Amino acid sequence: MDYKVIQDCLIVKPNGEIDSHYADILKKEIENAALRLDIRNIIFDFSNVDFMDSSGIGLVVGRYKYTSAMGGITAAACISDRLMKLMTLSGLLKIIPACKTVEEAITKTKRGGKNEL
Amino acid sequence: MNFENEFSLKFKALSCNEGFARMAVSVFLLPYDTYSDIMNDIKTAVSEAVTNSIIHGYEGMEGYVYIRCGVKDNVVYIEVSDNGCGIDDIKKAMEPLYTSKPSEERSGLGFTVMESFMDSVEVESTKNKGTRVFMSKSLLR
Ligand SMILES: Nc1ncnc2c1ncn2[C@@H]1O[C@H](COP(=O)(O)OP(=O)(O)O)[C@@H](O)[C@H]1O
Ligand SMILES: [Mg+2]
Repeated sequence: MDYKVIQDCLIVKPNGEIDSHYADILKKEIENAALRLDIRNIIFDFSNVDFMDSSGIGLVVGRYKYTSAMGGITAAACISDRLMKLMTLSGLLKIIPACKTVEEAITKTKRGGKNEL
Repeated sequence: MNFENEFSLKFKALSCNEGFARMAVSVFLLPYDTYSDIMNDIKTAVSEAVTNSIIHGYEGMEGYVYIRCGVKDNVVYIEVSDNGCGIDDIKKAMEPLYTSKPSEERSGLGFTVMESFMDSVEVESTKNKGTRVFMSKSLLR
């Protein structure tokens, strides 16, 4: 996993296949980073993820709960068609915004995740 | 069933084997030259079933997960089984969002994913004996 911080956003870029094995590792890494750094929002950059099962949904929902408690949002960027099928089925995109780019997601965090009217 | 081609696999119930399990199925299916989205659906369903055996069936205890995978008339049949704790109420377990482990960030969507990504899913389970998941999917559109 690569991550970086832009303002109060933690940008997480997992690499490879998100199953329960990798989701557990990611969860710990994100929790550690979030504790050390002063962040309120989490943005998942899925551009390097070529497989995901429902464990990935659990991972994102877990981070959504964390950022909600902090008054921030969790967003998902660069979702491939392959991942989109699972994300749509799970209803995940009803609670977190899906963005084309990380930049778009960062803009979203400034509006508290709300779409422009 | 009398398959044209088939393989069986037995591996330790360790979460690091989830990738191995779904790759084994997808590499086996390569000669059938199916579509990449169908292949991804199958990999996802296998990952869900294997993860369930490891996480719920054995709950961290030692054990083995078994896969039997066969092809006949361009349909793939996959059986994932364990000798774990079994499922009390299969109907409830298969309800969308139901999980017996909400504290561990499970989404409760494993069976829902299997059912929507495969053509058929059947579950057999006996308390303290184990669980068997049968799935099938056409490799053609
Ligand atoms: N192989 C299994 N052995 C025992 N229990 C299982 C097995 N597979 C599924 N279950 C039960 O069914 C429930 C629902 O499974 P699933 O839809 O995959 O959701 P999740 O894995 O996120 O809990 C699990 O929480 C568990 O209680
Ligand atoms: Mg599951």
